[in-house]
Amino acid sequence: MKAKVHVRLKEGVLDPQGAAIGRALGQLGFEGVGSVRQGKLIELDLTATDSEAAKSEVEAMCAQLLANPVIETYSVTIETEGRST
Amino acid sequence: MQAGVITFPGSNCDRDVAVALEAAGASVTRLWHGDAELPKLDLIVLPGGFSYGDYLRVGAIASKAPIMKEVVRAADAGIAVLGICNGFQLLAETGLVPGALIANVGLKYLCKEVELDVVSINSIFTTMYDPATSIHIPIAHHDGNYVCDADELKRLHDEDRIAFRYRDNPNGSTDDIAGVLGPGRNVLGLMPHPERAADPITGGTDGAPMFRALMEALA
Repeated sequence: MKAKVHVRLKEGVLDPQGAAIGRALGQLGFEGVGSVRQGKLIELDLTATDSEAAKSEVEAMCAQLLANPVIETYSVTIETEGRST
Repeated sequence: MQAGVITFPGSNCDRDVAVALEAAGASVTRLWHGDAELPKLDLIVLPGGFSYGDYLRVGAIASKAPIMKEVVRAADAGIAVLGICNGFQLLAETGLVPGALIANVGLKYLCKEVELDVVSINSIFTTMYDPATSIHIPIAHHDGNYVCDADELKRLHDEDRIAFRYRDNPNGSTDDIAGVLGPGRNVLGLMPHPERAADPITGGTDGAPMFRALMEALA
């Protein structure tokens, strides 16, 4: 099965990259764009067969390495055949 | 003073800091990130550079290197630890100093001399500085923007743990912070490079008092 981890900067943490993207969109003539925040998507292929166990393992990966709780939040999605949890 | 300088894949200031420490009179052992044990040391230095190409987050992957478990254990036992630039980012990832370092507000790599105020001389790293006189030390970073929340900032103030502040904030750091001490005051993380200002031929010597202070405290 596959896991997708979305990592985002916490509310209140300044995002210089998001701000630069927002300015560039304005220069291209896109109006009506408020704040822009840039995060990252990490995709994992897992050998696990149990989606609950896979989810808790990926959450442990987030806590230990994939996200920094000082500045980031994360969410984990497990994808089995045709189904997301 | 027995000092150990750890090299990670992508470190590039490891030799410079070893030279600056030796000039101050220290005996320096070069260590490798994959080592599982530390020799007996008075000071551990995490040098500047771009460990693991700054992948994932600056310092994140290096902070999980085998030797880092021993560095955390040594720091908790009171051994002095100095993290410069990428070393500061690495210390923040391990939690030995609070906060985190993110991209500079201008999104530019900055390589220039900056003026710093020495905020706290109450640490083995800063005793030889005069808080009334600013110092000039180079920076060289893309991710030097120090972030911490309001509670942490209050704690840093209350406990006198801000070691250095920028006079003219180059990167957006919270409260102009350029260097912070860990809760035990034996760990210092700073973005500027004192080892690049330790010999007159490189244009200044304002970094040298840090190495001399460590030498005096840990001789």
